[in-house]
Amino acid sequence: MKDAVSITGLAHTDRIHDSAAKHVTGRADYTDDVALPEGALHAYLGLSDVAHARITGMDLSQVLAAPGVVGVLTAKDIPGVNDISPTGLHDEPVFPTETIQFYGQPLFAVIAETRDQARRAAELAKVRYDPLPHALDPITAREAGYPYVTAPLTLKRGDVAPAQAEAPHRIKGRMQVGGQDHMYLEGQIAFAIPGEDDEVSVHCSTQHPSEAQHMVAHVLGVPSNAVVVNVRRMGGGFGGKESQMNLFCVVAALAAKKWGRAVKIRPDRDQDMTATGKRHDFVIDYDVAFDTEGRILAVEGDFAARCGFSADLSGPVTDRALFHADNAYFYPAVRLQSHPMKTNTVSNTAFRGFGGPQGVIAAERMIEEIAYALGRDPLDIRKANFYGPPGRDVTPYHQEVEDNILGRLVGELEESADYRQRRAEIIEFNETSPVLRKGIALTPVKFGISFTATWFNQAGALVHVYNDGSIHLNHGGTEMGQGLNTKVAQVVAEAFQVDFERIRITRTTTEKVPNTSATAASSGSDLNGMAALDAVNQIKARLVAFAAEKWGVAPDAVLFRPNQVHVGAEVLSFDEFIRAAYMARVQLSAAGFYKTPKIHWDRAKGQGRPFYYFAYGAACSEVTIDTLTGEYRVDRTDILHDVGRSLNPALDRGQVEGAFIQGMGWLTTEELWWDKGGRLRTHAPSTYKIPLASDRPRVFNVALADWSENRELTIKRSKAVGEPPFMLGISVFEALSMAVASVADYRECPRLDAPATPERVLMAVTRLQAGR
Amino acid sequence: MTHRSTIRFILNGRDICLPEVGASQTLLDFLRLDQRLTGTKEGCAEGDCGACTVLVGRLGPQGLSYAPVNACIRFLASVDGCHVVTVEHLAGRDGRLHPVQQAMVDHHGSQCGFCTPGFVMSLYALWMQVPEPTEAQVDTALQGNLCRCTGYAPIIRAAQAISRHGTPAADHLSTERAAITERLTALKDPRRVVTGPEDNRTILPASVDDLAACLLDHPNATIVAGATDVGLWVTKFLRPIGPAIFTGHLDEMKTVVQDGNSLRIGAGASYSECQTMLSRHLPHLDAYWDRIGGWQVRNMGTVGGNIANGSPIGDTPPVLIALGAEITLRRGDAHRTLPLEAFFIDYGKQDREPGEFVESIRVPLPRPDDRNAAYKISKRRDEDISSVAVGIHMRVTGGIIGNARIAFGGMAATPKRARAAEAALNGQPWTRESFEAAARALTGDFTPLSDWRASSAYRMQAAQNLLRRFHMEHDVATATPVRLEAF
Repeated sequence: MKDAVSITGLAHTDRIHDSAAKHVTGRADYTDDVALPEGALHAYLGLSDVAHARITGMDLSQVLAAPGVVGVLTAKDIPGVNDISPTGLHDEPVFPTETIQFYGQPLFAVIAETRDQARRAAELAKVRYDPLPHALDPITAREAGYPYVTAPLTLKRGDVAPAQAEAPHRIKGRMQVGGQDHMYLEGQIAFAIPGEDDEVSVHCSTQHPSEAQHMVAHVLGVPSNAVVVNVRRMGGGFGGKESQMNLFCVVAALAAKKWGRAVKIRPDRDQDMTATGKRHDFVIDYDVAFDTEGRILAVEGDFAARCGFSADLSGPVTDRALFHADNAYFYPAVRLQSHPMKTNTVSNTAFRGFGGPQGVIAAERMIEEIAYALGRDPLDIRKANFYGPPGRDVTPYHQEVEDNILGRLVGELEESADYRQRRAEIIEFNETSPVLRKGIALTPVKFGISFTATWFNQAGALVHVYNDGSIHLNHGGTEMGQGLNTKVAQVVAEAFQVDFERIRITRTTTEKVPNTSATAASSGSDLNGMAALDAVNQIKARLVAFAAEKWGVAPDAVLFRPNQVHVGAEVLSFDEFIRAAYMARVQLSAAGFYKTPKIHWDRAKGQGRPFYYFAYGAACSEVTIDTLTGEYRVDRTDILHDVGRSLNPALDRGQVEGAFIQGMGWLTTEELWWDKGGRLRTHAPSTYKIPLASDRPRVFNVALADWSENRELTIKRSKAVGEPPFMLGISVFEALSMAVASVADYRECPRLDAPATPERVLMAVTRLQAGR
Repeated sequence: MTHRSTIRFILNGRDICLPEVGASQTLLDFLRLDQRLTGTKEGCAEGDCGACTVLVGRLGPQGLSYAPVNACIRFLASVDGCHVVTVEHLAGRDGRLHPVQQAMVDHHGSQCGFCTPGFVMSLYALWMQVPEPTEAQVDTALQGNLCRCTGYAPIIRAAQAISRHGTPAADHLSTERAAITERLTALKDPRRVVTGPEDNRTILPASVDDLAACLLDHPNATIVAGATDVGLWVTKFLRPIGPAIFTGHLDEMKTVVQDGNSLRIGAGASYSECQTMLSRHLPHLDAYWDRIGGWQVRNMGTVGGNIANGSPIGDTPPVLIALGAEITLRRGDAHRTLPLEAFFIDYGKQDREPGEFVESIRVPLPRPDDRNAAYKISKRRDEDISSVAVGIHMRVTGGIIGNARIAFGGMAATPKRARAAEAALNGQPWTRESFEAAARALTGDFTPLSDWRASSAYRMQAAQNLLRRFHMEHDVATATPVRLEAF
């Protein structure tokens, strides 16, 4: 019998990622590593090479005649519905039949004996079409009378017009915020194995197995119970594998059923980046009215988004941009409007933050405008506008901010980062440095946690205890590197008081937990941790009842101790105890369930409580720019971030560090560039530049606010961590802005557009130097 | 002498002998598809993400040395005679993690784990060379590895903790060094290798003379040196490259020697193989050199290939032209030498005849009083293609500028000298005004393009400012740092 004082893998401890040893040895299997069944085929997509056109003919004879080709799939081969729109708007065909809507749109798939053969054959299609005029960006689209891809949202509170009229100061401006490619290291991939009757089983790399299952069923014209979708792990997701994998799952499944052989599809990186959606670019028109102290009196904002040719998730994404257009600040009177514009580009999709970052950066731009107009430190303006006591605690969507900890959090960071002293030194440095200039900025983030589509806030789990005492854990969440499986297993280990190693974490499959939500919105641990805990508690309740009866003790005398169960004076090892329960015919398996309480949202009214709680954080970044070239470097970043009572501080810290760098990349070197014909020219890491190790801050201090505890009853009082720290990268952008502002003695807001590439920095420097 | 028709190498512990290797077959596909060694990942298939990093040990004149390379764009045929080490070779026979792997686990260096094997291999290669690396050394070693999850900090911490778990001397690549050397020596043979199907023929010449002979037989063959560009013709553009003549195994092509007042660089020397000699003789190129590709690319790509390829955005031509470099081309036994700048005729057009190849580059060494600089501007600092690159050389005698040679990349269809700017400087005093005049003259030299890397306006303004930077940086009156690297 093991006599340990504590189990391994307790909640709130630094447990390593459960797959870490497999990652470093190359033994972790990703979808492309799984051995294919005998006779497997390979599919590849043929893409359009025009942004907008009417299809007049498609000659695939050369494709079919190419070596190794087994056949092609077009819209005609779809037995069910030719649509994979995740919100049911029926605006996203698997393959279009009449109109090409963007450059790189999949038109057909070719199936061949090898991937190389399929790839070569896909190049041989002859597509005839009549070109149509195209609009690539939201402003051009609006001017051309393009429609919204989905219903827009208005948020309003208070009377904006009178507040503007009476305000001592008012500034209007426009900000362009670029999109972002996910650049998950593992690209999109799926393979399907045909089954009996109408059945098919799909292995893929999706954040949303249930949706993939439903899409495959819908396109094949079979019930969902004929389709199984499996995900062991993803090589990164970031939102890019929420709805985007549907296409690949569907193509693999269609082909598998048509030819009765397993079929794998894996696009190359260029095709992946060309044919799948990205973070939405926004053009934001803002109008901020404020008093002489820099307090905001009224805000108006118009958020026009490049949604691409279809809605995909653009509705909730543009909604979330509005939900975060206040960031941490109270707007006494506010009117925010989204414009989810249709464009002839790939349909944009979820990406870490889901529109939130584009809202937050607009709020920070307005803060900057006020600070430069009044000649004040932007941090003072930020603090003057933080949500406060009743009267200053209501968001533009009428939810009260009840858990605001930014006062303390920002104060602590300001102190530990020595912000005031360093800012003074930087201003002094800039006075005597003609070429190199420095900037510093401390920016906060407040991020709302919950799916704004309230029904998604549910989760299931399945826990089995086998009669040898080993535990099988399954839940509806997917593992994409964030450590979800580790955290949920910690919860289970702690609840059973057994060592972490006793728990086998298994692949996510629609066979075990049905109707799951995407692992998205930072919700993975909150939802699935609770669902797993519910399952464990059901089993434990049965075990307690069994033990109380068998040994004749009160239920509260049955205690789960590290790897043991104490029943009155009896001490049994967990294995012995489970064996006894099995022999007594106790059910040792349970399905758990959870739904987030308290939340509700009335979109038509723009009112409700869409978020269960908020997560907070702040970052302070210092940069140096070269005013001759626009090149820059991040010298130092200090972060203090709120994850409530962390389930696993090491993994949470990893999320914070990684999200910060990804957020920094979004705003600095990651630039999406389409040519006039609508072709994305930054479509691989050779042309699309995500941060490297050498881009990280030279000094990088990251801390979790260890005093924070979720005031809501979340899993172990923790908070979600996936998305909120992404917006800490905004501190780098604001610091760059200050460095640029120095060339005009901080009298003018540089109005940098994002991403602030060296080119944009130099152009802003030049503009300010010229007084333009 | 008969030709050999097999490709032979050691993969981890095993001897491999392949009877039929087409020119365009990649090492990565061989590992993943044929050998089912799936630890090595494909992330981009263009040598930019590093998920496919493996070590290739090569027996050169200096003995056996291992370098991390990108298996995705490394052609299988080019590992003939080498020892290929994949991530599967690291953990002990008993399953114990290798020190690099243990450090990565301890420091939470993986999240999604897909890039991780590549990082492990790069860190492994670094640790073998530098057991206790500085942060800067780690950054340089990881320029060719992308991670989208961690933000890198935990990986850097891991890199600096590897030596707590073991020493390179106890590592099996050290302990088995003699045995591997012996096995590789046994693989060496003086024969030409000809293999692969007729439409995808692979040729590994036996020597430089044999290379010249092969090219006479196949004047339009693809010459493959480091494959950092040709690899992409295959993986991205699906272009046939056969017949392909490989040169990466030819030691004679890799020599870098001082020859009087010049440095002679064999066209087959990789960027990495050049770097020691360049640092010694042309220290102004040192930091610039570290910004060519990532480490894996520098271990594969060659100076000769960078020139012969003719790209307007190659990193080496501008700085070599500024130094007055000449190249020697060879066809059969005939050699000819021309100034490097004359080699670039127009976009995609170089002064190379069918059957001819770049054999060597001669770089005159500057005098101690010469002023030299090499600047590169790119969207991302490391592992990026330049938006503007420039080599600047001049001599200032008695306060008067002479001998100005300024060559830009990214500003025209070829790497090109800024003749008007040079003219504006030559004979003029070393003053700010002279450089202002040169900056103005630059608009007569170039009409740069706009593309995804930079706009025309930015390219011009940045190019002008680099002339200003050069003046400030070399001027005694400048009291403050004028570029980030110096600060």
